[in-house]
Amino acid sequence: MASFEETGPRIPVVVSTRVDKIHPISRLSRTIRAIAVVVVALILLLPVVAMGITAFKSRNAVVSVPPSLIPVPNGDVLRVEANELKRDTGEISIARNFFAPTLEGFVFLLTERAQAGPARAAELRTQAQEGQLSIFDQIALDNGQEILGPSDYVARLRNSLIIAGISTIVSVVLGLFAAYAFSRFRIPGESDLLFFILSTRMLPPVVVTIPLFLMYRQLNLHDTHFGMILLYTVFNLSLSVWLLKGFIDEIPKEYEEAALVDGYSRLQAFVKVVLPQAVGGIAATTVFCLIFAWNEYAFALMLTSDTARTAPPSIATMLGRGGIEWSAIAAGSLGFLIPVVIVTFALRKYLLRGVTFGAIRK
Amino acid sequence: MSSANLTASSGRRINRLSDRAIKNLFIWPTLILLIVMNVFPLFYSLYLSFTDYSAIARVAPRWIDFANFVDVLNNEQLWRYFATTGRFAFLSVGLQMVLGFGLAMLVREKFAGSGIVTTLILIPMMLSSVVVGLFWKLMYNPTFGYLNFLLGLSNPATSPDWLASRVANIPVPGLALWSVVFVDVWMWSPFVMLLALSGLNAIPDYLYEAAAIDRASSWFQFRRITLPQVAPLMLIAVLFRTIEAFKSFDLVMGMTGGGPGDQTEVIAVNLYRLAFTQWDTGFSSAVAYIILIIIIAISNLYIKYLNQMRDG
Repeated sequence: MASFEETGPRIPVVVSTRVDKIHPISRLSRTIRAIAVVVVALILLLPVVAMGITAFKSRNAVVSVPPSLIPVPNGDVLRVEANELKRDTGEISIARNFFAPTLEGFVFLLTERAQAGPARAAELRTQAQEGQLSIFDQIALDNGQEILGPSDYVARLRNSLIIAGISTIVSVVLGLFAAYAFSRFRIPGESDLLFFILSTRMLPPVVVTIPLFLMYRQLNLHDTHFGMILLYTVFNLSLSVWLLKGFIDEIPKEYEEAALVDGYSRLQAFVKVVLPQAVGGIAATTVFCLIFAWNEYAFALMLTSDTARTAPPSIATMLGRGGIEWSAIAAGSLGFLIPVVIVTFALRKYLLRGVTFGAIRK
Repeated sequence: MSSANLTASSGRRINRLSDRAIKNLFIWPTLILLIVMNVFPLFYSLYLSFTDYSAIARVAPRWIDFANFVDVLNNEQLWRYFATTGRFAFLSVGLQMVLGFGLAMLVREKFAGSGIVTTLILIPMMLSSVVVGLFWKLMYNPTFGYLNFLLGLSNPATSPDWLASRVANIPVPGLALWSVVFVDVWMWSPFVMLLALSGLNAIPDYLYEAAAIDRASSWFQFRRITLPQVAPLMLIAVLFRTIEAFKSFDLVMGMTGGGPGDQTEVIAVNLYRLAFTQWDTGFSSAVAYIILIIIIAISNLYIKYLNQMRDG
């Protein structure tokens, strides 16, 4: 009689299939579901796409009715012709939805311009013919303008970068220390302290800002980079402590204990054993802090006015000025959108942890 | 181990910081920052809420006992703004739960590319809410906005002007609030989906298999297996989103600034106005404290459930 080794299946059976799951109807419903998901995702992303399109429209194309949706070289001319055709003969052509993609919005957003007088315009035009003008100067010239220099918005972007960058680094470093202590040592009133740290995050910014505003005014921190860095650091600390504590909790204590037995000091064990294990978590925390500081609006609105003003409140005030430059706003928004999209994909494994302060990990 | 190594390690032991010292060293910088930037300001504003201080007047704060709080309680306008906030929170959190859960059920079963699609759906919640508000303002524009065009309501004479609460120039109260709710739902349903999805993925398959063997209907399976298993996470989502809805400021500022009239004036926006355009610092501190108490109450619940999740 042959043994099982000779007759049994070569590949062990480890997967069982539920018969009801491979039934044609079940398969069909799965396909339908997949299609539905894709359709829903596309609908959800329509506004984002619309913003992306708007960023590349000229000033006239933004306010055209019906909204122009299809980028076509020379599209602005075709659209105007199609609209005239509609007015004269009632004939409706797809060209009414054309627009010519341009970088006008970006030029408006990033540069300070002045109307070029006839003499100056002619001068610029000869320069353009000789190929001496950059593409941005060219776009400004097409609108009869001359670029004088970078706009305020460039300075605001720089502020955003400085404030977000430094506050993130400080809050991740401090958060790492605190998280390690919370994770590894017995701290009296630990859960109360953790609650207190998180509760600062739950309050509406306005509530916190009223006293902070007075405090900052007294200390001359209003509208300073230092003041904003300090504030964002504290606000990000709650997130970084909670997130990092979760990550450090997952590193087995035994590793450090082994290192301690081997003669490492606590500090060495922290640097050489815990930190390398927590790199993924630290990176995720860093990005979440960066995104928060990058997106933050309310504090910046109330505690800065010019020197330290960041990009989000200044994008919003662009609307307030005369002649709403929707394409410039769209271009600015696109600048906010792109990093966020990249981050969302890079962090998708950690998104759930990030948005629930590390409490839910699956 | 050589003896040299042993000497080195015992030499280190002398300089070594005790665990206690390290604990303090690690924790105090964070605590000090939080005390200076959070505890102190909150006590300061508690004091201010009992005064008639105005940040632009060059007059020292005058103690007026509970007058501010009495004013708040008697201020009908303010309670209307609280009610608007409550309505906004109720509508948007409610819709987010339904849509978020629906989305989670949809993307629950994996298919080729489902990871990418799920991540795409999550993009809105990562965006800056003031920027979201601005670009939805463009979407909603009655003449050249995309929304009316996509809905086939391109005739300017009859199409709705969403953010002005008007349809064909006839006021429709509440339209603006619904429009803001809609954007909040667009932005945050993915968050609820993410939470619900993690709950759904944690349900062991054998529960469904056992139910299938018992010939339980899919409705029964949904009601008796899916819902109870996801409920704790949905509760967390409700609490979290309610807190956030009470805070909402950026989105409303970006879209309507509280208008038209005061139809979308949520409490955070009104508080901003009280504190930073009317400079009624004492009174606004009192309002802030009332908001603070409401939010602390909700977030206490929230954190209690979070801790249960961590331990469970």
